[in-house]
Amino acid sequence: MSGHSEHNTKTLKLIVWRQAGPDKPGRFETYTAKNITDHHSFLEMLDVVNEDLIKEGKEPIVFDHDCREGICGVCSQVVNGVPHGGHERTTVCQLHMRLFKDGDSIYIEPWRARAFPIIKDLMVDRGALDRIIQAGGYTSAHTGGSPDANAIPIPRHDAEYSMDAAECIGCGACVAGCPNGAAMLFTGAKVSQFAALPQGQVEAAERVANMLKEMQDCGFGNCTNHYECEAACPKGINVKFIARLNREYLKSLL
Amino acid sequence: MILDGKCPTGPVEKSWDKHRFDMKLVNPANKRKYKILVVGTGLAGASAAASLGELGYNVEAFCYQDSPRRAHSIAAQGGINAAKNYPNDGDSILRLYYDTIKGGDFRSREQDVWRLAQVSNEIIDQCVAQGVPFARDYAGYLDNRSFGGAQVSRTFYARGQTGQQLLLGAYSALSRQIRLKTVKMFPRTEMLDLVLVDGEAKGITIRDLVTGEIRVHAGDAVLLCTGGYANVFNLSTNARGCSVTAIWKAYRKGAFFANPCYTQIHPTCIPQAGDYQSKLTLMSESLRNDGRIWVPKNKGEKRAANDIPEDDRDYYLERKYPSFGNLAPRDISSRAAKEACDDGRGVGPGGKGVYLDFRDSIKRLGEHVIRERYGNLFEMYERITGEDGYKVPMRIYPASHYAMGGLWVDYNLMSNIPGLFVLGEANFSVHGANRLGASALMQGLADGYFVIPYTVAPYLAASKPGKAKEDHPECKKSIEDVKAFTKKLLSINGKETPADFMRKLGNVTWNNVGMGRSKESLTEALAKIPGIREEFWKNLKVSGTELEVNQQLENAGRTIDFIEFADLLCRDALNRDESCGAHFRVEHQFADGEAKRDDANFSYVAAWGFKGDGVPPELHKEPLEFNLIKPAVRSYK
Repeated sequence: MSGHSEHNTKTLKLIVWRQAGPDKPGRFETYTAKNITDHHSFLEMLDVVNEDLIKEGKEPIVFDHDCREGICGVCSQVVNGVPHGGHERTTVCQLHMRLFKDGDSIYIEPWRARAFPIIKDLMVDRGALDRIIQAGGYTSAHTGGSPDANAIPIPRHDAEYSMDAAECIGCGACVAGCPNGAAMLFTGAKVSQFAALPQGQVEAAERVANMLKEMQDCGFGNCTNHYECEAACPKGINVKFIARLNREYLKSLL
Repeated sequence: MILDGKCPTGPVEKSWDKHRFDMKLVNPANKRKYKILVVGTGLAGASAAASLGELGYNVEAFCYQDSPRRAHSIAAQGGINAAKNYPNDGDSILRLYYDTIKGGDFRSREQDVWRLAQVSNEIIDQCVAQGVPFARDYAGYLDNRSFGGAQVSRTFYARGQTGQQLLLGAYSALSRQIRLKTVKMFPRTEMLDLVLVDGEAKGITIRDLVTGEIRVHAGDAVLLCTGGYANVFNLSTNARGCSVTAIWKAYRKGAFFANPCYTQIHPTCIPQAGDYQSKLTLMSESLRNDGRIWVPKNKGEKRAANDIPEDDRDYYLERKYPSFGNLAPRDISSRAAKEACDDGRGVGPGGKGVYLDFRDSIKRLGEHVIRERYGNLFEMYERITGEDGYKVPMRIYPASHYAMGGLWVDYNLMSNIPGLFVLGEANFSVHGANRLGASALMQGLADGYFVIPYTVAPYLAASKPGKAKEDHPECKKSIEDVKAFTKKLLSINGKETPADFMRKLGNVTWNNVGMGRSKESLTEALAKIPGIREEFWKNLKVSGTELEVNQQLENAGRTIDFIEFADLLCRDALNRDESCGAHFRVEHQFADGEAKRDDANFSYVAAWGFKGDGVPPELHKEPLEFNLIKPAVRSYK
């Protein structure tokens, strides 16, 4: 740690979306974040603002957060127009204030998509992503009686490809970043994870058909190749998995 | 009272097989008549809910997160142990059992540990069948790595995200059951009370975290899979929402709390940067496979890490523990780091850090190999600290990480309250006084996939389904109690937030009940905690109302539970007048600073019973027996 920066604090202007409930009108409100150092995370900066608001008798800003280490996928804020703030492979909870300058104005909004109704302020309902998984994001292996784990060798390349897809944290930034509000990257990643593995072959056709139908029923849009999803994804999930999704879908029709 | 774990008798190696045969079964056609409530959807909860749903039980599952996929198991990085012996390096069920017992410093229950080791292999099979993309070698077979406290390679992993992949596997299985309507899922829901009917667990009272509604779900059995209480130290590696609340409410209803003083401090976390900090970030101890830990030999060293020559570096773990070296168990590694820092040789701000250096591995293997093995951890480190771990040594410091203690359970994972089962980190049974790396994931999935589906049956088979309904007087009373408690939290209107109180509590717990404990430090903590509690009820400030999303109200409830729990934590640590595993009483150590156990007086599980507010809890003991191996001084030299 360089040490010098701890004494330099920053003051920032926050323009934050406030909305009391799903059917209530929303508006931007302005707040000041004071005494912020390089080492504050973005959410720790919001903690400081909220503590001040509570002590002033005002309503703190509601936002989803939990693990604060970029893996649970619950944090979901559009920072200056970009989901998670637009730093490569970084969730908003891992965004650090060294990336902002003293006096910066920061716009903070919730995920915005038809399939993600706002619950309150920056908190949205992403139950639709769970429903897509429930439609087929699994192998139907019930507990017990599985063959030895080494019974079926899986080429390392396939296992790595599968893992590349499986890294998705289900945060929904891909949906928030997409002009169509599509969940193609999310769905494609899960379909591709199984498509690459022998265990996923048995139900491959059924899986992709059911998941895509659920995706449409939930009100997600479709892909028109903007690649905004990949740019927004904090885990760097590649758009090639959307191509794989389309291929798997075509295969399922044969 | 002397507690009985009701373990099977006879040879330990046959205990689980024998017990499985001896247990009663529930007829397949009758299973759907029983409703099982599963609280928490981490590895233990999700795997239990999915497996019980598959068997045909009627399951309701609850989690505080917005989706079961986000439970904190997801953050486990390094791996999961199993006794597969794929590398042909001498592993076996017996060896995994032995390492776990020894790692726990002979304070775990022998039969439970044997069962864990025995089912470990099935877990890997199950996960592979689910499509968990474990790391593989070029022949397509599963790869293994080494972890602390073991001299064999038995840890299966999926990059640095093993917990995520295992949880997504269990979440997928759970999702399938939700689709099949055997499981009904209630996300954004927090359990705030346990409902007892005629002394048996027959329901839970929950708060809907979106609408604020408080209601009861009645069932035939309750499974608490709600994780650990590491956040009692305020700063820990746990997620912000992890709390003691569910098991604490059960304790207040009569469930015994076992060995609360067994808390694990993880040696490889990113050091704290400031008071505002909300959590500490762990980096997998798998890093210790290739990183070397050191501090400068000289106090007050001013040179940058890379400018310090080899002769002026103290690779203290390699020096003190030549056979285990940088892979010494977590408690030993953590204390050694603290010792070095207390000795004035710590690095970074405030001297609270030691180096974890990859220079030699990069020289030996090339940066690309290190990047392939730990790339995401290096990225995470750089994101938080702004430093490049490939170029300068990382700085690490111990942080609170895991709770070995938890609610007391018998061999069937049932607490002393009939019908209340406790799984995963929330129970106490297998890790003793110290958990080995990559064993938490193993335990969560063992309990959920391969233990509870069998062990819930004897209780259910002996009870009539649907004994209690939501309109039972006990259910109504529980709702009134929770509503009154919530109103009380909202009514104080003082000046300090829940976060203020957690910081105060954390100062006491981390300093007095952290890595080193003494009679003085514990007595001091016990004197301070009632003051924090009193101030909480006088000066708490919670904004907002009850019937809406109110994160401050959630925090306030969890905070007071932690304050109450901290008192029990200290009492247990004070009562256990010995050192064992992660519980280090400074009065009891060997000349070289190793923990000194006292088997003559403390070879027992300390299970505490609630006797009322302001009344000291009652201590019950379960004596520990070891038949297969005999307790010895734990040595990793």
